[in-house]
Amino acid sequence: MRATVLIRPKQGILDPQGEAVQGSLRKLGFAVGQVRVGRLVDVEVEVEANGSDDARAQIKRMCDELLANPLIESYEIRLEGS
Amino acid sequence: MSTRRPTVAIVVFPGSNDDRDAAWALGAMGAEPVFVWHDETELPDKTGAVLLPGGFSYGDYLRCGSMASVAPAMDAVRRFAEGGGLVLGVCNGFQILCEARLLPGVLRPNRQLEFVCDDVAVRVENPATVFTSRCRDGQELVLPVKHGEGAWFADEGTFVGLAARGQIVLRYAQNVNGSLGAVAGVVNERGNVMGLMPHPEHAVDPLLGSADGGLLLAALVDAASERVLAAA
Repeated sequence: MRATVLIRPKQGILDPQGEAVQGSLRKLGFAVGQVRVGRLVDVEVEVEANGSDDARAQIKRMCDELLANPLIESYEIRLEGS
Repeated sequence: MSTRRPTVAIVVFPGSNDDRDAAWALGAMGAEPVFVWHDETELPDKTGAVLLPGGFSYGDYLRCGSMASVAPAMDAVRRFAEGGGLVLGVCNGFQILCEARLLPGVLRPNRQLEFVCDDVAVRVENPATVFTSRCRDGQELVLPVKHGEGAWFADEGTFVGLAARGQIVLRYAQNVNGSLGAVAGVVNERGNVMGLMPHPEHAVDPLLGSADGGLLLAALVDAASERVLAAA
């Protein structure tokens, strides 16, 4: 089963990278407000058939243990075909 | 002679690059440095202290220090720390300790989005830790920094608690990277795990511009000696 994890800087957390991208977009003439830069991770998980609950639980653990740092990042899990 | 030198284990990850300088500096301070490869599962016998060196472990992939924080050697470091063992993390080592949650907070990209490489003054905020036992309260140490992601951050409640308990050990005289509270180094509540962004191992001889780093490393070696003697 394939899953996509979206990892974002939490609201209120300073994101210098997002600010730099915002500045460059404005230089290009785009009228943009806040810009935040996060990360996307595609994961293939090996689970039994109809195991989407299991897959979600596994990916949540991956996020908590490695993929995201809960102090500064939030994450969202999207399972393909669920 | 060498038997009197306390063993300090230096964990080497793929991408560590200050491990040899750390070994040289610790040797100069009277320790017996021993390299431990990241996929080893045990520390050497009679390890008196552990140093996690600077560098770019695992290419800084994902987040600085995140991959190293789950390396097999870090399980051994965690057990060592839980047993009261002394652990010092420098730069990437500090990032690893935060990612491993052995230290509070996290290191984020510098506020100015520029790599900072300079000799900077850091003030000793707490001289009562094992790691700062050779320093005076308020003493300014000149130490080199070289990092792109050294802005320490924690939530407000955590920060206030750390400051009240004296866990903010070092602060920059001039905030070079946007760290919350100009924090340059923190210690855990138990007082046996410390991390800092500046590099004491690059400042152990006046010829290098400063010998102030020797105060921190010699204190680590002092404490490692006592620990080894106590265990003997």
